[in-house]
Amino acid sequence: MGGRDATMVLLDENGIRCDGRKVDETRRIMIKAGGLKNADGSAYIEFGDNKILVGVFGPRDVHPKHMSDTDTGILRVRYHMEPFSVGERKRPAPSRREIEISKVIKEALEPAVMLEKFPRTAVDVFIEVLQADGGTRCAALTAASVALADAGIPMRDMVAAVASGKVADTIILDVNNEEDQAGQADMPVGYMPSLEKITLLQIDGVLTPEEYKKCVQVGVDGCKQVYELQKKALKDKYFGNGGD
Amino acid sequence: MDNKRKYVIPGDVVTTGPFRPEQNVTLEGEKIISTAIGISEIYEDSVRVIPLTGKYIPKINDLVIGKVISHTSLSWELDINSCYVGFLPAQDVFGRDFSAHADELATKLKSGDLVAARIANFDRTRDPLVTISDRDLGAIDSGDLVKISPSKVPRLIGKRGSMIQMIEMATNAAVTIGQNGWVVVSCETPEGLLKAKKAIEMINEKAHVANLTDQVKEMLEIKDDET
Repeated sequence: MGGRDATMVLLDENGIRCDGRKVDETRRIMIKAGGLKNADGSAYIEFGDNKILVGVFGPRDVHPKHMSDTDTGILRVRYHMEPFSVGERKRPAPSRREIEISKVIKEALEPAVMLEKFPRTAVDVFIEVLQADGGTRCAALTAASVALADAGIPMRDMVAAVASGKVADTIILDVNNEEDQAGQADMPVGYMPSLEKITLLQIDGVLTPEEYKKCVQVGVDGCKQVYELQKKALKDKYFGNGGD
Repeated sequence: MDNKRKYVIPGDVVTTGPFRPEQNVTLEGEKIISTAIGISEIYEDSVRVIPLTGKYIPKINDLVIGKVISHTSLSWELDINSCYVGFLPAQDVFGRDFSAHADELATKLKSGDLVAARIANFDRTRDPLVTISDRDLGAIDSGDLVKISPSKVPRLIGKRGSMIQMIEMATNAAVTIGQNGWVVVSCETPEGLLKAKKAIEMINEKAHVANLTDQVKEMLEIKDDET
C-alpha cells in the first residue's frame, strides 16, 4: 500500500485510462441472483476483477438474545476478504478495515430494508470477497442488495453503488485498484435509484467544492447504470426471459 | 385486469394515484412502490404485489401446519416455519378449567406432533397466538408432510381452489395446506399419496410457468392411464 508509481500514466492525452477505459466508463459488471442453496437469498457479482459472493439469512431469531430489539429487526453485515483474495496472503481474522466496511455497508442498506416489519428478528448478510481489485465495498453493497431482494426481505428500493474519483485532475467513474493507489481522490457512492437518495458517501482525498459536486453527480449516474444490471439479474432469475 | 399485471422488483413504481396500498407495497409520497419481487396487481381501489420469494409472515386467520417444539406447564410452542414461534396456550386444548397442577400437557400433544392451527392473534409486540379449537383443527394423526415455499401456496391452491381440487379429485387424497408452506397429504392408497406428493412438488418447482395447470393435469392423467 502507498507505494506510488510516478511513472504510470493514469490518463493519456486521448482521455483513455490505464486499463483502456474512457473517463465515464465502468468496468465489466456481471451480477447473478441466487446460486446458494442453503441461504435464504444470495448473489454473485463480478465487478471488473472483483469477485464477490453474498449470502443472506433471515428474518430469523436473534442470537445472542440480548441483541434483539423489541421495536424493530436488526441488520447484521459481515464483510470478509478471503486470504487468497489479494496478492499477499491476507490474515483471515477480521481486520480494522473489514470491520469498518461491514459497518458502512450495514448503514448503507438500512434505509432500504424495512426492518420495522420484523421486530425481534435479525437479517444476516454475509459478504465474501473471493478476489479484490479496488472498489470492493461498492461491489459488495450492490450484490448485498440483490441478495436481500432474492431473500424476499421487504425493501423500499434497491441500493446500487459505484465509486467515482479524481485522477490526473479529471473526475472519473469506477476507480480501479491502480487509480485508487495513485489517484488524487476516491469517492464511493451508494444510491437508491427510485427514491433518488444517497445512502453511502465517503471521500478519501482532496476535492474542491466544484469537483466534489461533479464527483457526486458522476457517481450517481454510475449507480443508475449498475441498477439496470441489478434489475436484469433479478428479472432473469424470477421472470426468465419473459420479464419486461 | 390482465393488462394491469406487471413483473416488479423492490423499488419499482407500481402506479401513482389514490389507491390503497395492500400487500408488499408502500406509499412514498404520490408513488406506490413495490417492496418485493413479484407480480403487481391493480384493482379498482387497491394495489398489491404477489411475492415470488420470502419467508412466511403470520397473518391473523391463516391456517397453518405447526410442529410442536416444546411445552411448558402452561403452553406449547409450535414451529410454524416462520421467524416467530407459534404460541398455543393450554386453555385452548383443556378448556377454561385448565389447571397447571392437574393437567399434564404431554398427554395431549407431544413434541414432534403435527398440528393444524389457526393464527388467532398476531401483532408486532408478541409471538403469534394460535388456536386449535375449531372445526378441522387440531393434531394431525396421519399423512405425509410436504414442505414447499410459502410464496408458492397461492399457486398450489389455484384460482378459487381449482388446482388443489384437481389434485384431490385425481388422486383421492386429502390435502391440508398451511399458509406457511407446510402441506399434509393423506390418502388411502399409496399410489394416490405418491402421485399427489409429486404433483405438489412439481407446482413448487414450476410455480412461475404459465400453463402449469395443464402440465399438472397431464402428469396426473398420464399416470391414470398407466395404472
